Amino acid sequence: MLLEFKDIDTYYGDLHVLKQVNYEIGQGEIVCLLGGNACGKSTTMKTIMGVVRPVRGSVIFDGKPIEKLPTAERVKRGIAPVLEARRLFARMTVFENLEMGAYLRARGPEFEQDLERVYSLFPRVKERRSQIAGTLSGGEQQMVAMGRALMARPRLLCMDEPSMGLSPLYVEQVFDIIQEINRQGTTIFMVEQNANMALQIAHRAYVLQTGQVVLSGMAAELRVNPLIREAYLGEMQVPAPA
Amino acid sequence: MSFSSLLLQQTINGMSLGAMYALLALGFTLIYGILELINFAHFNVFMMGSFLALWVLQGFGLTGQTVILTGLPLIGVLVAALIVTMFGTGVLGVVIERVTLRPLRGITGPAAMITTIGVSYVLFNIILLLTSAQTLNFPNPLPQLQWQVHGAIVTLPEVLIWLVAPLLMTGLWAFVQKSRLGKAMRATAQDPEAARMMGVEVDKVIMTAFFLGSALAGAGGMIFGLYYNFTSFLIGFTAGLRAFTAAVLGGIGNVPGAMVGGFAIGLIEAYSGQFIATEWSDVIIFSILVLVLVFRPAGLFGRLAPSKS
Ligand SMILES: Nc1ncnc2c1ncn2[C@@H]1O[C@H](COP(=O)(O)OP(=O)(O)O)[C@@H](O)[C@H]1O
Ligand SMILES: [Mg+2]
Repeated sequence: MLLEFKDIDTYYGDLHVLKQVNYEIGQGEIVCLLGGNACGKSTTMKTIMGVVRPVRGSVIFDGKPIEKLPTAERVKRGIAPVLEARRLFARMTVFENLEMGAYLRARGPEFEQDLERVYSLFPRVKERRSQIAGTLSGGEQQMVAMGRALMARPRLLCMDEPSMGLSPLYVEQVFDIIQEINRQGTTIFMVEQNANMALQIAHRAYVLQTGQVVLSGMAAELRVNPLIREAYLGEMQVPAPA
Repeated sequence: MSFSSLLLQQTINGMSLGAMYALLALGFTLIYGILELINFAHFNVFMMGSFLALWVLQGFGLTGQTVILTGLPLIGVLVAALIVTMFGTGVLGVVIERVTLRPLRGITGPAAMITTIGVSYVLFNIILLLTSAQTLNFPNPLPQLQWQVHGAIVTLPEVLIWLVAPLLMTGLWAFVQKSRLGKAMRATAQDPEAARMMGVEVDKVIMTAFFLGSALAGAGGMIFGLYYNFTSFLIGFTAGLRAFTAAVLGGIGNVPGAMVGGFAIGLIEAYSGQFIATEWSDVIIFSILVLVLVFRPAGLFGRLAPSKS
């Protein structure tokens, strides 16, 4: 396993958000985390990154507990986030945003290689590299956010709602690129509201409900699970108008 | 003196004062940009800088305006005093942050701001007691050189201020724009949580901001002494308040804004002193501040509601 949650309990003050949560994410997988609003999906991501600390339980990355490590150390070991709502550094250029992704890595041939990789995955990002990030469209910003995370050369990419607020065209592109990144060898743990699309590209999925994992399994099985269809894939049951 | 000579003279004076205010305003703005904290201790870090410079110059055997140096010894003494002063106040700023502010990190509300006011008063009182509330003559080894320019007079201290202040400001600008840590500072100012998740150690960034801001305040303090030939425990509240006004005028949190604001306040002070009355300078400075804020609440270059996303 690349990443494991073992009986994780996370709180904000008195608010108990994650309750005895367990996840297992294998090397090379795309794993999707589904769940309604405010059930603890983003908190899961923040617990992985170490921006919030679990009160009980253990987070294991690559066989070693990391739950007490500072965020920078986790980034160094190969975990990078694509944050909810993109969260670019809005007044810095696109290139500076990419540089921030590689903050803990030395400049040199590897940096240049990764830059080329990002530019070839996202030609649009290359075109816009000198532009102030805050002036890009939502879709372009999502590309930069993904590129920024890749600049850390991560082994695990934690994506929080990468398709949120994007036009259908961009949504499709984002999911294509996630698959491409995964094919190139990066493990992906992804929160999504767009369960329909997410379950098509994911290998496995977890369903979170008020801080507890209520369901998990292979994506292909969950796609046909009646509970899931009702709760998250509602739109699939509406026959497309002729 | 003709009107145009007077105007030129006051522009020269105003640009000198302005350079000093700009150096100080940068410290307010750097720290506000990252912590959204108005650091009132900064007033008296500036005052401490002026005393540090005074002690270093005295250490070189200089007293009052009697010992005049020229050439290399002059440059050596001034550069040494500037470096010691800037390093000293830089470290002072870091210690203030580490000891009094870091324990309050994450606590919302005015606690941190009130703490900086407390620290400011501690520094103020230390110097008040050490100097028995006296105004001290500031050692000035500069030769009494001056030049006539269209009926106005430019003095050697002014020329030095115009050399050193832009150099320091350019250095800061280059650091913030180009260096790795400078970029981390900007990223942290824009989105601390996202910066942290890129691997930025936010504590280190905050320390850097305090060091740089306080070092610039130290330079400002030394310039104050050389310009006015005196220093006192009170200068933090007089010059410091005007520099703070400059930062707010330019848009607090905005680095170029602090520089423009500093020069603007310096010029306003000089012009109003000449053409109206010195006693009215502060009234005019603060009236202009209020006017600007009425029409541009975030200052000349500021953004309303810090865009954190
Ligand atoms: N920084 C915070 N402080 C306090 N409560 C928070 C914080 N962040 C999230 N919460 C609360 O924790 C719960 C889970 O939030 P989150 O993990 O963001 O949900 P989501 O599944 O929508 O991503 C919500 O009730 C939210 O209000
Ligand atoms: Mg969320």
